[in-house]
Amino acid sequence: MLTSADFSTLRLTFQVASLATMLMLLFGTPLAWWLARTQSKWKGIINAIVALPLVLPPTVLGFYLLVILGKNGPIGQLTTHLGLGTLPFTFAGLVVSSFLYSLPFVVQPLQTAFSAIGNRPLEAAATLRASPLDTFFSVVMPLSKSGFLTATVLGFAHTVGEFGVVLMVGGNIPDKTRVVSVQIYNHVEALEYSEAHWLSGGLLVFSFCVLWVLYSTVKTSSSTQFLK
Amino acid sequence: MNTSIIAKFKLSYGEFKLNVDLSLPSSGITVLFGHSGSGKTTLLRCIAGLQQATEGFLGINGEVWQDSEKHIFIPTHQRALGYVFQEANLFTHLSVHDNLNYGLKRLKNRVDIIQKEHIIDLLGISHLMTRMPDNLSGGERQRVAIARALVLNPNILLMDEPLASLDSSRKQEVLPFLMRLNQQLKIPVLYVTHSKQEMAQLADYLVLMSKGKVDATGPLSQTLSRVDLPLAKDRQASCVWDVYVAQHDSADHLTQVAFSGGRLYLPTVSLAIGDKLRVQIFARDVSVTLDISTQTSILNILPATILAILNDDIGQSVVSLKVGDNQLLAHITQKSAAFLNLTLGKSVFVQIKGTSILN
Repeated sequence: MLTSADFSTLRLTFQVASLATMLMLLFGTPLAWWLARTQSKWKGIINAIVALPLVLPPTVLGFYLLVILGKNGPIGQLTTHLGLGTLPFTFAGLVVSSFLYSLPFVVQPLQTAFSAIGNRPLEAAATLRASPLDTFFSVVMPLSKSGFLTATVLGFAHTVGEFGVVLMVGGNIPDKTRVVSVQIYNHVEALEYSEAHWLSGGLLVFSFCVLWVLYSTVKTSSSTQFLK
Repeated sequence: MNTSIIAKFKLSYGEFKLNVDLSLPSSGITVLFGHSGSGKTTLLRCIAGLQQATEGFLGINGEVWQDSEKHIFIPTHQRALGYVFQEANLFTHLSVHDNLNYGLKRLKNRVDIIQKEHIIDLLGISHLMTRMPDNLSGGERQRVAIARALVLNPNILLMDEPLASLDSSRKQEVLPFLMRLNQQLKIPVLYVTHSKQEMAQLADYLVLMSKGKVDATGPLSQTLSRVDLPLAKDRQASCVWDVYVAQHDSADHLTQVAFSGGRLYLPTVSLAIGDKLRVQIFARDVSVTLDISTQTSILNILPATILAILNDDIGQSVVSLKVGDNQLLAHITQKSAAFLNLTLGKSVFVQIKGTSILN
């Protein structure tokens, strides 16, 4: 059965994933909107940067995050200067790295959904006295509901499932940065296969259910298209 | 003519250049007519502010919406306009009722409910209020779109080929509503189309466009009868008269309609005495004689004066005539024109073989 240490990792995982997902939606939505609408020459390079975690080994991302966020890195120096200390091996560091690692899973479905809407509903809204911001909330968001659902579910589930980045940036500190995937690794290393089974099985069922619900509810294929 | 719409735009993208300088009447339907690529839709989009002309001035009833010299450009959502797109462009996530209310909710000055109910009645959509746009026919969707634009009580209504995406029976379903709008609402309408039929049925004022330029503007009937324009030479060339019902001759199944130049006999029209209607007379159905011939089967023979004659190089003459205050076109052979010795200002009679009623 699950130990209290296991429950602690589950709670922590849930907290990291929720917070990271919220941040990804907050920053990913305007980013995806910009990427879907812009004709800027920067579009290609920004798209590539956002998509990097999809192809990069998590350890590579984790390594560079350690370097940049660490005591001698540029962002590490900045956060030290501001009296925040350094981010590696803290809860905040875990959230920041999860944010970067899972961002493409939020941005891409949103970008696809926004592109699918096209210009016409936006123009109609403008002729009906709606400002661009108003149009975004009253027309774009409802029309890309399935894109938001996909983005939220994938962003959350992918954060729950990450291992390499959290191990490198978060470390393996009980109650502080030890998440489920790391705990499974610990159990296996200690040959505690029964405990490993409980957690792994749980994650397997969770992931399957999430995708099952997602594919059954999201009828418009546009926002899940890139998954196929 | 009360010209209170002033639109001057210069804009180019790729090969296409738009260069127009227009003063348009502040009431009635102005039809922007031209082939695709003539720039009529671009002009409409510039007026709506959906596209920004690099150089431009736009004044609607004294209100300046764009003045590039003074760096004024009012964004679309702050312009008191109504816009009807070629595809209805209804919000698919909202019911018909909520589509109609979308703009109303955002208006600073509330429009009274009576106006809204009147428009819903006028367009015959009161039974559709709870339906979703995806469950409407094309004609119904377009009627809702027109109502959605009109309930805002705009200062100008812009319509971009609102019937082009409909098949001909759906067109006939929406057209009568458009004609009623013109009679009942007092806002200027700019209507883009490439259909001669819609132009003849709806226009009060005509703007002919090609290759991003304005070729001619003027009241419909006057512009249609200008022999210097390609429209007059077309096989389908016609003139359009606004007349009113004067008398029903029920025994003969005829209706007499009156206008400044006299009366016309039409097949019975089911309208009351005094009601207005619009008739179309094709140039190919008009012949010219020098004296009233009583020995003819043709009922409609009217005195006319010759305004202009244009000869083409295949033996045809396009003759423009004045009948009362109305203009008329006749297509005759050059042989006949020579035989009758037709000259400018000459008094003749026109025989009208057929008319079609546009109501």
